[in-house]
Amino acid sequence: MKVWTRLLGVAMTAAMLVAGPAMAKEWKTVKLGTEGAFPPWNSTKADGTLEGFEIDLANILCERMDVKCEWVVQSWKGIIPALNAGKFDVIMSGMSATAKRAEVIDFSIPYGSTGQTFGVLSDSELVDLPLKGTVFPLASKPEEAKKAIEEIKPMFEGKIIGVQSSAIAERFLQENLADVAEIREYGKTQEHDLDLMSGRVDAIMASTAYISTAMKDPANEGMVLAGPRFQGGILGKGSSIGMRKGSDDLKAMFDKAIASARDDGTIKDLSIKWFGFDVTVY
Amino acid sequence: MDMQFFWESLVTLIPGIPLTLQLAFLSTFLGAFIALGLAMMRLSGIRPLDWFARGYLFVFRGSPLLVQLFLIYYGLSQFPAVRHSFAWTFLRDPYWCAIIALTLNTAAYASEVIRGGLLSVPHGQVEAARACGMSGFKLFRRIVLPLAIRQALPAYGTELILMVKATSLASIITIMEITGLAAKLVSETYRVIEVFVVAGAIYLAINFILTRIIMAFEYKLTPHLREPRITKVLALENESAGEIS
Repeated sequence: MKVWTRLLGVAMTAAMLVAGPAMAKEWKTVKLGTEGAFPPWNSTKADGTLEGFEIDLANILCERMDVKCEWVVQSWKGIIPALNAGKFDVIMSGMSATAKRAEVIDFSIPYGSTGQTFGVLSDSELVDLPLKGTVFPLASKPEEAKKAIEEIKPMFEGKIIGVQSSAIAERFLQENLADVAEIREYGKTQEHDLDLMSGRVDAIMASTAYISTAMKDPANEGMVLAGPRFQGGILGKGSSIGMRKGSDDLKAMFDKAIASARDDGTIKDLSIKWFGFDVTVY
Repeated sequence: MDMQFFWESLVTLIPGIPLTLQLAFLSTFLGAFIALGLAMMRLSGIRPLDWFARGYLFVFRGSPLLVQLFLIYYGLSQFPAVRHSFAWTFLRDPYWCAIIALTLNTAAYASEVIRGGLLSVPHGQVEAARACGMSGFKLFRRIVLPLAIRQALPAYGTELILMVKATSLASIITIMEITGLAAKLVSETYRVIEVFVVAGAIYLAINFILTRIIMAFEYKLTPHLREPRITKVLALENESAGEIS
């Protein structure tokens, strides 16, 4: 009896292994992982439900892919390990597709990019950082970006810059400003906001979208955008949906849905609603 | 098993050891003075002092260290009055916020350990000291405190080990000690198991050495519990004498 069940088990596993690649898993439900604390991409409302650009966009994408979507909230630090451990099927959490991350997970085509910039207090001398709001693509115009960095560098001499640990802005700061300024790393973006407000750090670096939203919070009165905006290169192609290596079927589904939402202006409409400007990656 | 990565993790985490030890030792050292004060308040028999100490214990032993850290670091900085005061020179710095939180926390636990030690001093010893003409501070310094410390040492050793582990919480207020460096390495490499196994092993090694040191102290302070060396020598002499005859 025991031998018989074991044999059956082996036979079934073998059958599944053979049939697996031929007949790809039919996706009915897709679990999406999000931080739920990165407005306006995603945030958690007082009643515990999620809202944001990505929540609206995912609803549309899932409808077009004809699947049911379920959200799973996961802290930012552990989000990639959690994906690889199978807690959810994809990450949709304002995550930029960087080369380093692409070593461990696959990415869809990008669905949005706002660039990274600085946030300072309005009474700080750093308000006068040059090139405010100008966009510098690190990959396509490296010389100009290098010049912009050299131009802002002297003003950061001896200053402390707060940044979310292991976010793309942190890598940018370590490579470009760590020689003049102290880089202090935080687990959550809200924490560096608190320390900017209290004066423990002189500036923060985060996505333009994030700082523009945080500024509107009454608790962050006096926080303003400063300096140039950087994007591309080590800052990634833009926010993309992350998935486990080899999820080719999911990638094809999402790529198609994102492309259609980009081409018919859905992403543009949603980004005007949530960001106030167009974040579409064309 | 990627031995190369284990090695790289170790090399990344080792620079965090001095900071971990500094946080643990400095706060335990400072906390010991507050703890002694609190224990004496509890035993003073003066009502208001006793109540103050009880209240302190209630708050700092009853609430999680994580919450205390958050309140001291992010909470106090919310008040402009704090930011404009002299205290801000310390509170501005995450390092001192961690030291303050750890010190206040360990003081609460250690004060009970010390109180237990003080209570365990036999009354006969105190009477004997009085008979020798000691009183007041001299009696406390020469007789009561040394006996209390000897009695409290095993429990205090445990407290020191708990403090070494408690420093790992400092990583949440941007301090890059062993756990802070480990969390950063995990978020860069996405390899949780290897990094935290190495971090855990470092804490184990630190605490192993610490327990040996505490044991050595205990051994040195308790000669009265061992067979005196002189009787051993006599016993040996008797044996050899027996062999000859």
